[in-house]
Amino acid sequence: MLKTFIVGIVLGVAAAAAALYAYPAVDQHREASIVAVAANGGNIESFHINMPMDRIMVGASGQKQALPTGLKWPADEELKNVRAELFKIRNARDTVVGVASRTAARDDSGEIIDWVLHLPARGSMFVNMRSEALKDGFRRGELQAGSREFAPLGGLVSERWVPNTSGDADAPVGRIELVTAYMRKQETYMREQETP
Amino acid sequence: MIKYLIALFLGLLIGAGIFVIGLIYNPFNADSGLSPLSVTDSEVIALSFSGVPSEAIVVTNDGDSHVKPFPEKVQQLWEAPIRLSSVMATVMRDARGQTAGLGIKFSSQSERTRLMKGEAMIDSAWYIYLPGRGSLFIEQSENHWEFLRDVIIPAYRSSADSWKGIWLGDLTAGPGALGTAAVTGGTGSLRGLKMEAVESLSARAYSVENGPVAAEGHLLIELPRNMEASHGASSSE
Repeated sequence: MLKTFIVGIVLGVAAAAAALYAYPAVDQHREASIVAVAANGGNIESFHINMPMDRIMVGASGQKQALPTGLKWPADEELKNVRAELFKIRNARDTVVGVASRTAARDDSGEIIDWVLHLPARGSMFVNMRSEALKDGFRRGELQAGSREFAPLGGLVSERWVPNTSGDADAPVGRIELVTAYMRKQETYMREQETP
Repeated sequence: MIKYLIALFLGLLIGAGIFVIGLIYNPFNADSGLSPLSVTDSEVIALSFSGVPSEAIVVTNDGDSHVKPFPEKVQQLWEAPIRLSSVMATVMRDARGQTAGLGIKFSSQSERTRLMKGEAMIDSAWYIYLPGRGSLFIEQSENHWEFLRDVIIPAYRSSADSWKGIWLGDLTAGPGALGTAAVTGGTGSLRGLKMEAVESLSARAYSVENGPVAAEGHLLIELPRNMEASHGASSSE
Protein backbone atom coordinates (compact mmCIF):
# COMPACT_ATOMS: atom_id res chain seq x y z
CA MET A 1 0.00 0.00 0.00
CA LEU A 2 2.93 2.35 0.73
CA LYS A 3 4.20 1.74 -2.80
CA THR A 4 0.77 2.70 -4.20
CA PHE A 5 0.79 5.86 -2.09
CA ILE A 6 4.28 6.83 -3.37
CA VAL A 7 3.24 6.09 -6.96
CA GLY A 8 0.20 8.33 -6.33
CA ILE A 9 2.45 11.20 -5.17
CA VAL A 10 4.64 10.89 -8.28
CA LEU A 11 1.56 10.75 -10.50
CA GLY A 12 0.08 13.75 -8.68
CA VAL A 13 3.20 15.86 -9.31
CA ALA A 14 3.30 14.73 -12.96
CA ALA A 15 -0.43 15.34 -13.50
CA ALA A 16 -0.29 18.84 -11.99
CA ALA A 17 2.75 19.72 -14.14
CA ALA A 18 1.09 18.32 -17.27
CA ALA A 19 -2.14 20.21 -16.56
CA LEU A 20 -0.26 23.49 -16.09
CA TYR A 21 1.69 22.87 -19.30
CA ALA A 22 -1.33 21.82 -21.39
CA TYR A 23 -3.78 24.50 -20.30
CA PRO A 24 -2.60 28.07 -20.80
CA ALA A 25 -2.87 30.24 -17.70
CA VAL A 26 -4.14 33.10 -19.86
CA ASP A 27 -6.16 32.75 -23.05
CA GLN A 28 -7.24 36.08 -24.52
CA HIS A 29 -10.44 36.08 -26.53
CA ARG A 30 -9.77 37.01 -30.15
CA GLU A 31 -12.05 38.57 -32.71
CA ALA A 32 -10.97 38.07 -36.31
CA SER A 33 -9.41 41.26 -37.66
CA ILE A 34 -11.30 42.96 -40.49
CA VAL A 35 -8.53 44.38 -42.61
CA ALA A 36 -8.79 45.73 -46.16
CA VAL A 37 -5.89 46.20 -48.53
CA ALA A 38 -5.46 49.84 -49.56
CA ALA A 39 -5.29 50.60 -53.27
CA ASN A 40 -1.90 52.25 -52.93
CA GLY A 41 -0.43 49.74 -50.49
CA GLY A 42 -0.78 49.07 -46.78
CA ASN A 43 -3.73 47.80 -44.79
CA ILE A 44 -6.83 49.64 -43.65
CA GLU A 45 -8.69 48.78 -40.46
CA SER A 46 -11.52 50.78 -39.00
CA PHE A 47 -12.78 51.05 -35.46
CA HIS A 48 -15.62 53.03 -33.98
CA ILE A 49 -17.03 54.18 -30.68
CA ASN A 50 -20.79 54.31 -30.16
CA MET A 51 -21.71 57.39 -28.22
CA PRO A 52 -22.59 57.70 -25.44
CA MET A 53 -22.72 53.99 -24.46
CA ASP A 54 -19.04 53.23 -25.08
CA ARG A 55 -17.76 56.18 -23.10
CA ILE A 56 -16.11 55.11 -19.83
CA MET A 57 -14.79 58.44 -18.58
CA VAL A 58 -14.80 62.12 -19.42
CA GLY A 59 -12.35 64.05 -17.29
CA ALA A 60 -11.99 67.80 -17.58
CA SER A 61 -11.94 70.67 -15.15
CA GLY A 62 -15.19 72.52 -14.66
CA GLN A 63 -17.47 69.94 -16.27
CA LYS A 64 -21.05 70.07 -15.03
CA GLN A 65 -21.83 66.37 -15.05
CA ALA A 66 -19.14 63.88 -14.12
CA LEU A 67 -18.76 60.63 -16.01
CA PRO A 68 -18.66 58.15 -14.38
CA THR A 69 -20.84 59.29 -11.49
CA GLY A 70 -18.58 60.03 -8.54
CA LEU A 71 -15.55 61.00 -10.63
CA LYS A 72 -13.47 63.73 -9.04
CA TRP A 73 -11.24 65.41 -11.59
CA PRO A 74 -8.13 66.80 -9.87
CA ALA A 75 -8.30 70.52 -9.18
CA ASP A 76 -4.58 70.98 -9.92
CA GLU A 77 -3.66 73.99 -12.05
CA GLU A 78 -1.47 71.72 -14.25
CA LEU A 79 -4.50 69.73 -15.43
CA LYS A 80 -6.73 72.76 -16.05
CA ASN A 81 -6.35 72.60 -19.83
CA VAL A 82 -6.49 68.81 -20.12
CA ARG A 83 -9.49 66.79 -21.24
CA ALA A 84 -9.12 63.02 -21.04
CA GLU A 85 -11.67 60.49 -22.27
CA LEU A 86 -11.75 56.70 -22.05
CA PHE A 87 -13.80 54.54 -24.40
CA LYS A 88 -14.51 51.00 -25.44
CA ILE A 89 -13.70 50.56 -29.13
CA ARG A 90 -15.52 48.36 -31.62
CA ASN A 91 -14.52 46.75 -34.89
CA ALA A 92 -16.49 46.92 -38.15
CA ARG A 93 -18.82 44.14 -36.88
CA ASP A 94 -19.79 46.38 -33.93
CA THR A 95 -18.05 44.04 -31.46
CA VAL A 96 -16.05 45.53 -28.61
CA VAL A 97 -12.39 44.64 -29.24
CA GLY A 98 -10.47 47.03 -27.02
CA VAL A 99 -10.25 50.20 -25.01
CA ALA A 100 -8.91 53.62 -25.96
CA SER A 101 -8.04 56.99 -24.54
CA ARG A 102 -8.26 60.39 -26.18
CA THR A 103 -6.42 63.22 -24.52
CA ALA A 104 -6.76 66.82 -25.66
CA ALA A 105 -4.61 69.47 -24.05
CA ARG A 106 -3.29 72.94 -24.67
CA ASP A 107 0.05 74.22 -23.44
CA ASP A 108 2.99 76.37 -24.60
CA SER A 109 3.78 73.95 -27.42
CA GLY A 110 0.25 74.25 -28.83
CA GLU A 111 -2.76 71.99 -28.95
CA ILE A 112 -2.25 68.28 -28.40
CA ILE A 113 -4.67 65.51 -29.34
CA ASP A 114 -3.41 61.99 -28.65
CA TRP A 115 -5.09 58.63 -28.96
CA VAL A 116 -3.99 55.33 -27.44
CA LEU A 117 -5.80 52.24 -28.73
CA HIS A 118 -5.30 49.08 -26.69
CA LEU A 119 -6.41 45.77 -28.20
CA PRO A 120 -5.59 43.15 -25.53
CA ALA A 121 -4.92 40.22 -27.86
CA ARG A 122 -2.91 42.29 -30.35
CA GLY A 123 -1.12 45.27 -28.78
CA SER A 124 -1.39 49.03 -28.45
CA MET A 125 -1.13 52.01 -30.80
CA PHE A 126 -0.09 55.57 -29.98
CA VAL A 127 -1.44 58.20 -32.37
CA ASN A 128 -0.74 61.96 -32.50
CA MET A 129 -3.53 63.83 -34.27
CA ARG A 130 -2.99 67.12 -36.02
CA SER A 131 -4.85 69.80 -34.11
CA GLU A 132 -6.46 71.42 -37.17
CA ALA A 133 -9.61 69.64 -38.39
CA LEU A 134 -10.13 69.08 -42.12
CA LYS A 135 -13.43 69.69 -43.87
CA ASP A 136 -16.29 67.24 -43.19
CA GLY A 137 -15.12 66.93 -39.59
CA PHE A 138 -12.06 64.80 -40.35
CA ARG A 139 -8.90 65.03 -38.33
CA ARG A 140 -5.78 63.15 -39.37
CA GLY A 141 -2.84 61.92 -37.38
CA GLU A 142 0.16 59.66 -37.41
CA LEU A 143 0.80 56.32 -35.80
CA GLN A 144 3.81 57.24 -33.66
CA ALA A 145 4.49 53.97 -31.89
CA GLY A 146 2.98 50.60 -31.17
CA SER A 147 3.50 47.47 -29.18
CA ARG A 148 3.51 43.78 -30.17
CA GLU A 149 1.58 43.42 -33.48
CA PHE A 150 1.72 47.18 -34.07
CA ALA A 151 5.40 47.67 -33.15
CA PRO A 152 6.76 47.44 -36.71
CA LEU A 153 3.95 49.55 -38.20
CA GLY A 154 3.67 53.20 -39.11
CA GLY A 155 0.93 54.96 -40.97
CA LEU A 156 -1.96 57.35 -40.76
CA VAL A 157 -5.09 57.49 -38.65
CA SER A 158 -8.18 59.62 -39.14
CA GLU A 159 -10.95 60.44 -36.67
CA ARG A 160 -14.40 61.65 -37.60
CA TRP A 161 -17.67 62.26 -35.79
CA VAL A 162 -20.59 60.62 -37.58
CA PRO A 163 -24.03 61.62 -36.24
CA ASN A 164 -26.73 58.97 -36.25
CA THR A 165 -29.60 59.79 -38.57
CA SER A 166 -31.61 56.56 -38.23
CA GLY A 167 -34.06 58.04 -35.74
CA ASP A 168 -34.26 54.74 -33.76
CA ALA A 169 -34.95 55.31 -30.07
CA ASP A 170 -32.22 52.86 -28.92
CA ALA A 171 -29.64 53.94 -31.48
CA PRO A 172 -26.50 55.78 -30.39
CA VAL A 173 -26.40 59.55 -30.81
CA GLY A 174 -23.53 59.07 -33.18
CA ARG A 175 -20.14 57.50 -33.40
CA ILE A 176 -16.48 58.38 -33.52
CA GLU A 177 -14.88 56.64 -36.47
CA LEU A 178 -11.20 55.83 -36.40
CA VAL A 179 -9.71 54.59 -39.66
CA THR A 180 -6.13 53.34 -39.54
CA ALA A 181 -3.92 52.83 -42.58
CA TYR A 182 -0.92 50.72 -41.53
CA MET A 183 2.31 50.21 -43.35
CA ARG A 184 5.59 48.61 -42.37
CA LYS A 185 7.87 51.40 -41.11
CA GLN A 186 10.38 50.92 -43.96
CA GLU A 187 7.56 51.33 -46.51
CA THR A 188 6.30 54.46 -44.75
CA TYR A 189 9.81 55.94 -44.86
CA MET A 190 10.22 55.15 -48.58
CA ARG A 191 6.84 56.71 -49.41
CA GLU A 192 7.76 59.89 -47.55
CA GLN A 193 10.98 60.10 -49.56
CA GLU A 194 9.08 59.65 -52.84
CA THR A 195 6.52 62.36 -52.02
CA PRO A 196 7.67 65.63 -53.64
CA MET B 1 -8.66 -3.06 -3.39
CA ILE B 2 -10.51 0.00 -2.01
CA LYS B 3 -7.70 0.82 0.42
CA TYR B 4 -5.22 0.82 -2.50
CA LEU B 5 -7.47 3.21 -4.42
CA ILE B 6 -7.71 5.49 -1.36
CA ALA B 7 -3.90 5.39 -0.97
CA LEU B 8 -3.49 6.26 -4.68
CA PHE B 9 -6.02 9.10 -4.43
CA LEU B 10 -4.36 10.54 -1.31
CA GLY B 11 -0.97 10.23 -3.04
CA LEU B 12 -2.34 12.12 -6.06
CA LEU B 13 -3.63 14.92 -3.84
CA ILE B 14 -0.40 15.20 -1.88
CA GLY B 15 1.63 15.05 -5.11
CA ALA B 16 -0.39 17.91 -6.61
CA GLY B 17 0.06 19.87 -3.36
CA ILE B 18 3.83 19.29 -3.41
CA PHE B 19 3.89 20.54 -7.01
CA VAL B 20 2.03 23.75 -6.11
CA ILE B 21 4.33 24.42 -3.13
CA GLY B 22 7.38 23.71 -5.31
CA LEU B 23 6.02 26.09 -7.93
CA ILE B 24 5.55 28.94 -5.45
CA TYR B 25 8.84 28.52 -3.63
CA ASN B 26 10.94 27.38 -6.60
CA PRO B 27 14.48 28.62 -5.81
CA PHE B 28 15.34 28.65 -9.52
CA ASN B 29 12.82 31.47 -10.10
CA ALA B 30 15.28 34.09 -8.88
CA ASP B 31 14.32 37.67 -8.07
CA SER B 32 14.81 40.13 -10.91
CA GLY B 33 17.47 42.15 -9.03
CA LEU B 34 18.55 45.74 -9.56
CA SER B 35 17.07 47.75 -12.42
CA PRO B 36 19.68 49.02 -14.91
CA LEU B 37 18.10 52.49 -14.73
CA SER B 38 18.63 52.78 -10.98
CA VAL B 39 22.37 53.25 -11.63
CA THR B 40 22.13 55.42 -14.74
CA ASP B 41 23.99 58.71 -14.87
CA SER B 42 21.68 60.09 -17.59
CA GLU B 43 18.97 62.63 -16.84
CA VAL B 44 15.75 60.93 -15.74
CA ILE B 45 12.09 61.80 -15.30
CA ALA B 46 10.95 60.32 -12.00
CA LEU B 47 7.19 60.01 -11.61
CA SER B 48 5.09 58.41 -8.93
CA PHE B 49 1.43 57.55 -8.59
CA SER B 50 -0.81 55.98 -5.99
CA GLY B 51 -1.14 52.21 -6.26
CA VAL B 52 -4.43 52.30 -4.34
CA PRO B 53 -7.45 52.16 -6.70
CA SER B 54 -9.60 54.53 -4.64
CA GLU B 55 -6.87 57.20 -4.90
CA ALA B 56 -6.85 57.10 -8.72
CA ILE B 57 -9.14 59.17 -10.94
CA VAL B 58 -10.65 56.05 -12.51
CA VAL B 59 -9.91 52.33 -12.32
CA THR B 60 -11.98 49.81 -14.22
CA ASN B 61 -11.79 46.13 -15.04
CA ASP B 62 -14.20 43.19 -15.35
CA GLY B 63 -15.51 43.79 -11.83
CA ASP B 64 -14.48 40.33 -10.59
CA SER B 65 -10.84 41.19 -10.04
CA HIS B 66 -9.27 41.64 -6.59
CA VAL B 67 -8.92 45.34 -7.50
CA LYS B 68 -12.36 46.93 -7.25
CA PRO B 69 -13.38 49.42 -9.98
CA PHE B 70 -13.43 53.06 -8.88
CA PRO B 71 -15.67 55.10 -8.80
CA GLU B 72 -18.20 52.39 -8.03
CA LYS B 73 -20.46 53.23 -10.99
CA VAL B 74 -17.75 53.25 -13.64
CA GLN B 75 -18.52 51.15 -16.72
CA GLN B 76 -16.87 47.74 -16.41
CA LEU B 77 -14.91 45.85 -19.06
CA TRP B 78 -17.14 42.78 -19.22
CA GLU B 79 -16.97 42.00 -22.97
CA ALA B 80 -14.93 38.87 -23.78
CA PRO B 81 -12.07 40.56 -25.70
CA ILE B 82 -11.40 43.04 -22.86
CA ARG B 83 -12.39 40.93 -19.85
CA LEU B 84 -8.77 40.25 -18.86
CA SER B 85 -7.84 43.93 -19.05
CA SER B 86 -7.93 46.97 -16.83
CA VAL B 87 -7.63 50.71 -17.32
CA MET B 88 -6.47 53.29 -14.82
CA ALA B 89 -6.30 57.08 -15.07
CA THR B 90 -4.28 58.73 -12.35
CA VAL B 91 -2.39 61.84 -11.36
CA MET B 92 1.38 61.54 -11.88
CA ARG B 93 3.54 63.28 -9.28
CA ASP B 94 7.13 64.42 -9.53
CA ALA B 95 9.97 63.68 -7.09
CA ARG B 96 8.74 66.50 -4.79
CA GLY B 97 5.22 65.12 -4.67
CA GLN B 98 3.81 67.91 -6.87
CA THR B 99 1.37 67.19 -9.69
CA ALA B 100 3.41 66.58 -12.83
CA GLY B 101 0.70 65.41 -15.21
CA LEU B 102 -1.82 62.79 -16.11
CA GLY B 103 -1.18 59.07 -16.62
CA ILE B 104 -3.45 56.50 -18.26
CA LYS B 105 -2.46 52.86 -17.99
CA PHE B 106 -3.90 49.98 -20.04
CA SER B 107 -3.05 46.49 -18.76
CA SER B 108 -3.96 43.05 -20.04
CA GLN B 109 -3.04 39.60 -18.81
CA SER B 110 -0.46 38.19 -21.18
CA GLU B 111 -0.60 34.87 -22.97
CA ARG B 112 3.16 34.66 -22.37
CA THR B 113 2.43 33.86 -18.71
CA ARG B 114 4.43 30.76 -17.68
CA LEU B 115 3.84 30.02 -14.02
CA MET B 116 6.34 27.12 -14.13
CA LYS B 117 9.05 29.66 -15.00
CA GLY B 118 7.90 32.24 -12.46
CA GLU B 119 6.37 34.50 -15.10
CA ALA B 120 2.96 36.04 -14.34
CA MET B 121 3.01 38.45 -17.25
CA ILE B 122 0.99 41.59 -17.94
CA ASP B 123 1.17 43.51 -21.22
CA SER B 124 0.72 47.17 -20.48
CA ALA B 125 0.88 50.58 -22.11
CA TRP B 126 1.11 53.97 -20.42
CA TYR B 127 0.04 57.26 -21.90
CA ILE B 128 1.52 60.14 -19.93
CA TYR B 129 0.89 63.83 -20.51
CA LEU B 130 3.22 66.24 -18.74
CA PRO B 131 2.03 69.86 -19.22
CA GLY B 132 4.82 72.00 -20.64
CA ARG B 133 6.91 68.99 -21.66
CA GLY B 134 4.64 66.90 -23.89
CA SER B 135 3.29 63.39 -24.05
CA LEU B 136 4.87 59.94 -23.76
CA PHE B 137 3.90 56.41 -24.70
CA ILE B 138 5.40 53.56 -22.71
CA GLU B 139 4.99 49.95 -23.77
CA GLN B 140 6.13 47.19 -21.50
CA SER B 141 5.63 43.66 -20.31
CA GLU B 142 5.45 43.32 -16.56
CA ASN B 143 6.18 40.29 -14.42
CA HIS B 144 3.97 40.24 -11.33
CA TRP B 145 5.24 36.87 -10.06
CA GLU B 146 7.27 38.26 -7.15
CA PHE B 147 4.36 40.47 -6.04
CA LEU B 148 2.02 37.47 -6.31
CA ARG B 149 4.38 35.23 -4.33
CA ASP B 150 5.44 37.75 -1.66
CA VAL B 151 2.23 39.76 -1.14
CA ILE B 152 -0.94 38.28 -2.64
CA ILE B 153 -0.43 34.61 -1.66
CA PRO B 154 0.56 35.53 1.95
CA ALA B 155 -2.57 37.76 2.10
CA TYR B 156 -4.77 34.80 1.07
CA ARG B 157 -3.01 32.54 3.60
CA SER B 158 -3.44 35.06 6.43
CA SER B 159 -6.40 34.53 8.75
CA ALA B 160 -7.13 38.26 8.46
CA ASP B 161 -7.18 38.02 4.63
CA SER B 162 -4.57 40.76 4.46
CA TRP B 163 -0.85 41.39 4.24
CA LYS B 164 1.26 44.07 5.90
CA GLY B 165 4.94 44.66 5.43
CA ILE B 166 7.36 46.34 3.08
CA TRP B 167 7.64 45.11 -0.50
CA LEU B 168 9.57 46.92 -3.18
CA GLY B 169 10.16 45.50 -6.62
CA ASP B 170 10.48 46.25 -10.30
CA LEU B 171 7.52 45.17 -12.41
CA THR B 172 8.95 45.93 -15.85
CA ALA B 173 10.43 42.89 -17.58
CA GLY B 174 10.73 44.02 -21.19
CA PRO B 175 10.68 44.44 -24.11
CA GLY B 176 14.19 45.95 -23.71
CA ALA B 177 17.09 43.51 -23.52
CA LEU B 178 17.90 44.67 -19.99
CA GLY B 179 14.30 44.34 -18.86
CA THR B 180 13.32 47.92 -19.57
CA ALA B 181 10.20 49.40 -21.15
CA ALA B 182 10.26 51.16 -24.54
CA VAL B 183 9.29 54.84 -24.40
CA THR B 184 8.34 57.04 -27.36
CA GLY B 185 7.95 60.78 -27.03
CA GLY B 186 4.81 62.03 -28.72
CA THR B 187 4.59 65.80 -28.48
CA GLY B 188 6.31 68.87 -27.09
CA SER B 189 10.00 68.72 -26.18
CA LEU B 190 9.78 64.94 -25.93
CA ARG B 191 8.55 64.50 -29.53
CA GLY B 192 10.32 61.76 -31.43
CA LEU B 193 12.60 60.73 -28.54
CA LYS B 194 13.22 57.02 -27.96
CA MET B 195 13.81 56.28 -24.30
CA GLU B 196 13.73 53.51 -21.72
CA ALA B 197 11.79 53.22 -18.49
CA VAL B 198 11.23 50.97 -15.51
CA GLU B 199 8.06 50.75 -13.43
CA SER B 200 8.34 49.68 -9.83
CA LEU B 201 5.91 49.25 -6.98
CA SER B 202 6.29 49.71 -3.24
CA ALA B 203 3.55 48.09 -1.17
CA ARG B 204 2.91 48.29 2.55
CA ALA B 205 -0.55 46.74 2.93
CA TYR B 206 -2.77 44.51 0.82
CA SER B 207 -6.26 43.20 1.40
CA VAL B 208 -7.86 40.20 -0.33
CA GLU B 209 -11.16 42.08 -0.46
CA ASN B 210 -9.96 45.49 -1.70
CA GLY B 211 -6.57 44.86 -3.32
CA PRO B 212 -3.71 47.28 -2.53
CA VAL B 213 -4.46 49.32 0.61
CA ALA B 214 -1.14 51.18 0.87
CA ALA B 215 1.00 51.15 -2.25
CA GLU B 216 2.81 53.55 -4.52
CA GLY B 217 3.98 53.06 -8.09
CA HIS B 218 7.06 54.67 -9.59
CA LEU B 219 8.14 55.28 -13.17
CA LEU B 220 11.75 56.09 -13.95
CA ILE B 221 12.23 57.32 -17.51
CA GLU B 222 15.77 57.70 -18.78
CA LEU B 223 16.20 60.60 -21.20
CA PRO B 224 18.71 60.29 -24.06
CA ARG B 225 22.19 61.58 -23.20
CA ASN B 226 22.16 64.04 -26.06
CA MET B 227 18.59 65.27 -26.50
CA GLU B 228 19.38 67.52 -29.49
CA ALA B 229 21.16 64.72 -31.38
CA SER B 230 18.23 62.41 -30.65
CA HIS B 231 15.77 64.99 -31.98
CA GLY B 232 17.88 65.38 -35.10
CA ALA B 233 18.07 61.62 -35.64
CA SER B 234 14.33 61.16 -35.18
CA SER B 235 13.43 64.01 -37.51
CA SER B 236 15.69 62.62 -40.26
CA GLU B 237 14.09 59.17 -40.05
